[in-house]
Amino acid sequence: MRPFAYRRATDARAAVAALSEQPNAMYLGGGTNLVDLMRLGVIAPEALVDVTRVASDTVEETAGGGLLIGAGVRNSDLAAHPVVRRRYPMLAQAVLSGASGQIRNMATVGGNLLQRTRCSYFQDVSKPCNKRQPGSGCPAVEGDHRNLAIIGHSAACVATHPSDMAVALAALGTSVHVEGRHGARQVTMPGLHRLPGGEPDRDTVLDPGDLITAVELPALPFAARSRYRKVRDRASFAFAVVSVAAALDVAGGVVRDCRIAFGGLAHVPWRAELAEEALRGSPATEAEFARAADAELARARPLPENGFKVPLTRNVLVRTLTELAETP
Amino acid sequence: MTTTTPSSVGSGLDRVEGLDKVTGRARYAFEYSPRDLAYAVPVQAAVARGEIRAVDVDAVLKYPGVIAAIWYGNAPRLASDDGGELAVLQSPRVAYRGQYIGVVVAETLQDAREAAGLVRVEYAAERHDVELRADHPGLYRPEVVNPDFPADVEQGDPDAALAAAPIVVDAVYSTPAEHNNPMEPHATVAAWDGDGLTLHDSNQGASAVRDTVAALFGMPPANVRVISPHVGGGFGSKGLPHPHVVLAALAAKQVGRPVKLAVTRQQMFAVTGYRTPTIQRVRLGADAGGRLTAIVHEAFEQSSTIKEFAEQTTVPTRMMYAAPDRRTTHRLVRLDVPTPSWMRAPGETPGMFALESAMDELAIACRLDPVELRIRNEPETDPESGLPFSSRNLVACLREGARRFGWAGRDPAPGVRRRGRLLVGTGVAASTYPVYRRPSRASVRAEPDGRFTVRIAAADIGTGARTVLTQIAADALRAPVDRVRVEIGDSALPTASLAGGSMGTASWGTAVVRACEALLEELDRRGGDLPAGGVEADADTSEEIRGQRRFARHAFGAQFAEVGVDVDTGETRALRLLGVFAAGRIVNPKTARSQFVGGMTMGLSMALLEESVMDREFGDYLNHDLAQYHVAACADVRDIEALWVEEDDPHLNPMGSKGIGEIGIVGTAAAIANAVHHATGVRIRDLPIRLDKLVR
Ligand SMILES: Cc1cc2nc3c(=O)[nH]c(=O)nc-3n(C[C@H](O)[C@H](O)[C@H](O)COP(=O)(O)OP(=O)(O)OC[C@H]3O[C@@H](n4cnc5c(N)ncnc54)[C@H](O)[C@@H]3O)c2cc1C
Ligand code: SF4
Repeated sequence: MRPFAYRRATDARAAVAALSEQPNAMYLGGGTNLVDLMRLGVIAPEALVDVTRVASDTVEETAGGGLLIGAGVRNSDLAAHPVVRRRYPMLAQAVLSGASGQIRNMATVGGNLLQRTRCSYFQDVSKPCNKRQPGSGCPAVEGDHRNLAIIGHSAACVATHPSDMAVALAALGTSVHVEGRHGARQVTMPGLHRLPGGEPDRDTVLDPGDLITAVELPALPFAARSRYRKVRDRASFAFAVVSVAAALDVAGGVVRDCRIAFGGLAHVPWRAELAEEALRGSPATEAEFARAADAELARARPLPENGFKVPLTRNVLVRTLTELAETP
Repeated sequence: MTTTTPSSVGSGLDRVEGLDKVTGRARYAFEYSPRDLAYAVPVQAAVARGEIRAVDVDAVLKYPGVIAAIWYGNAPRLASDDGGELAVLQSPRVAYRGQYIGVVVAETLQDAREAAGLVRVEYAAERHDVELRADHPGLYRPEVVNPDFPADVEQGDPDAALAAAPIVVDAVYSTPAEHNNPMEPHATVAAWDGDGLTLHDSNQGASAVRDTVAALFGMPPANVRVISPHVGGGFGSKGLPHPHVVLAALAAKQVGRPVKLAVTRQQMFAVTGYRTPTIQRVRLGADAGGRLTAIVHEAFEQSSTIKEFAEQTTVPTRMMYAAPDRRTTHRLVRLDVPTPSWMRAPGETPGMFALESAMDELAIACRLDPVELRIRNEPETDPESGLPFSSRNLVACLREGARRFGWAGRDPAPGVRRRGRLLVGTGVAASTYPVYRRPSRASVRAEPDGRFTVRIAAADIGTGARTVLTQIAADALRAPVDRVRVEIGDSALPTASLAGGSMGTASWGTAVVRACEALLEELDRRGGDLPAGGVEADADTSEEIRGQRRFARHAFGAQFAEVGVDVDTGETRALRLLGVFAAGRIVNPKTARSQFVGGMTMGLSMALLEESVMDREFGDYLNHDLAQYHVAACADVRDIEALWVEEDDPHLNPMGSKGIGEIGIVGTAAAIANAVHHATGVRIRDLPIRLDKLVR
């Protein structure tokens, strides 16, 4: 048996302190990803510090008109929250499209953001994987990568970030509240997750022991007209092949502003800044939406087995924006 | 005196063990814990081909709680060793990645698992070959295909007939490897008592497991007892004992304690069988009226290097449609892959996907309605053997299905129907499954309190077998069902055939009826005088079955599908499925419907989702869990209906029943693929039909 310690923290400082005392400890959210990875032998923490009671019931409006969501809030509660549903529908839809009811009841905001890739090789300790074992190689490049990255990947790793929620948060420009050894700070999304480069073992810019305490959504009135569209092989309980989170601000047939992010394409929830730029000030027409998609996807470098994601992403973006433009 | 007990056969009796199951009282193999139990966790090969040089056992033995680490170098030798899949730890050779090459036994599951992960194995790895190709140099013609059909059958001159045919369809179809994923993974608890061995095991036939294990350990079958009262699904994957059963027994023998071994979901993708991938070329020649003149169906498939498993993929083509000139063949290649095995309707399922897709292509080529095309090619007698069909109601199923589904007036033009962002289309395919019956024995006892106890080593793998046998016995005894108790799932009971080949009810039911008849005779003879210990009678159906008249016996069905394909994404969902089946007398409409609907759901899953991905570099099936290997979820199954036509066939068995466990999956994938073509104009010939094949 491989024993590990378990303790529960009720406030952020205590949690951070607990982790700095024990180098091989990890925070435990709902455990829906972490416990699976322990069972698979991908990770073997000596201690788990349960942080589900840290900020587990905060969903507060901020002075600036945004929303502060505690890291311990369960995915189900987040998706059902009336303010989230009204003002940030893409977020509620993204969370609801993920996993299953049972898993969402357990999963927390913090854990969802930091879930690991679903790359098969990463999850199988009998095989090499640069993310799991730096320097061991990346069999996915030559092997199975149908559902891996087409953009922003490196020779060292072609994995995708699997979270749906993170795609909506990246589109919204969410600020992630972090408590670390040296105090509190904020990291803005996109920017929490990092591209693999030569260090695919690092998913995010966080340092060991950093605790996510909350995510803060900015005031973004036009996000009330937003949606999340997830494309998947199975009708439910499947990770995205491609997904898009989009918000559109249209006045007089012209795009005043927009937010677009993609899931299933990259090592990070991929904020489509080029597409956004191409759209601002353009007529809200299908042709312009397609041009914006192409502007973003010009950077795509699909692998032999996942080239289909390029037209798929284009179609899904065009369709989503068209539907948003048609929404009164 | 005449008693009028209403017939129970034909009524939707609830599962007799339903309450036990929903309350958790029903115990499954892994839940048995004999005293002094130890846990076994297998070690799997990390190379796809090669030889084991050494295993560092000492390091493992130092781990706390470890009782033994067993591998080829220190394993007891089995009495019979055919070098095959069950010759566990009998050779240093590795035939496929994930093969069981060792086992660690420890005081707890956790210790065993951790220690198994620490086992260091030194291999001499060799280059492996894991890729099925239709031009593989290693392809050969097997002696027979499962269970005992000739590999090739030719009648007339199909090449000449094809050359002369005004209309020809010539297409290659492929189906991927697919894995059975019953809810309950395989598990065995093995306990030796001197020369006797007791196995609590999850399987589809306790008698067969007993015989196989007894032979391997060189014991008389009577020394082995296999107990399996409840089984959480099998679909064929528990039809034959797999290596874990032998490994558990062997480990228990070595350590002298009972041993519990559960196959993990991940391990199931290596060691408990799967449906071989197939590549199939179908050529159909027809006249302008759509009458088939030639049928050629060639299948290419794989097996492992340690066992020849030859799926009977083109066998259903031999009896489906009339055509004077025909050829059906099978070619097999032995690769460094796990050994394939049975998966619901082996042979029929992949074979009918190809044939029924090709029939759809032919209907289009002939500008004929696909229902009409099939009706025109309905044979009078079995095209291969010339034997009469005991009953064949494919046409009735097609007609009834067409009526219920609203087929009439269907516009054949592909790619023209829109419902919002969906392209919508409909498709049809025929379905069939052979009617088998195997010898079995049964006993029945009239108890002094007026109840009856029926005993037979049948298996209920979730199908409702225990329930229907209760109904069959009740009718045969002219007693109400609540006076009949059926004991199954134990090799100590009268020997019975497998729950496989959709022959359970027919085989076991015959034996039960004959035993009940014998008992009634005996009771008659005694004129109502029942001794204190009750009266027992038994039956053995070997002779009856050997002597049965020769007929072509098959069940038939028609599958209708409506699909929606998202124009933007290519996501395909089955909007509506209807299956109409002709399967003799339906013994229990409630459990029967579950079988049909379950089979169709599995067919839907095969059509749209299921694929075991072979990793060329490592040589294993990569997506080895239920998050990665997609089985249809509830949201995929929107509207599914199964019906049956009345069929009165006197040439089957005392119940007049045909098997229903497998036919539901046959043809579903073709109906869906045909509907996808109707919806989009795109013909998908390689399963599964995933969005990457449709997105533009
Ligand atoms: C079968 C299956 C299907 C799924 N399908 C989807 C899907 O379709 N879409 C989708 O988006 N997700 C899906 N998921 C993933 C699921 O969303 C994540 O497992 C879940 O969100 C993780 O949250 P958790 O609280 O359980 O995290 P945990 O498993 O507890 O933790 C995950 C990681 O986050 C760290 N962590 C947790 N909380 C904090 C914190 N506050 N600060 C710092 N670090 C922290 C942990 O140390 C760990 O490394 C699926 C999961 C499964 C098992
Ligand atoms: S893609 Fe990344 S996670 Fe997958 S095998 Fe390569 S390095 Fe590992």
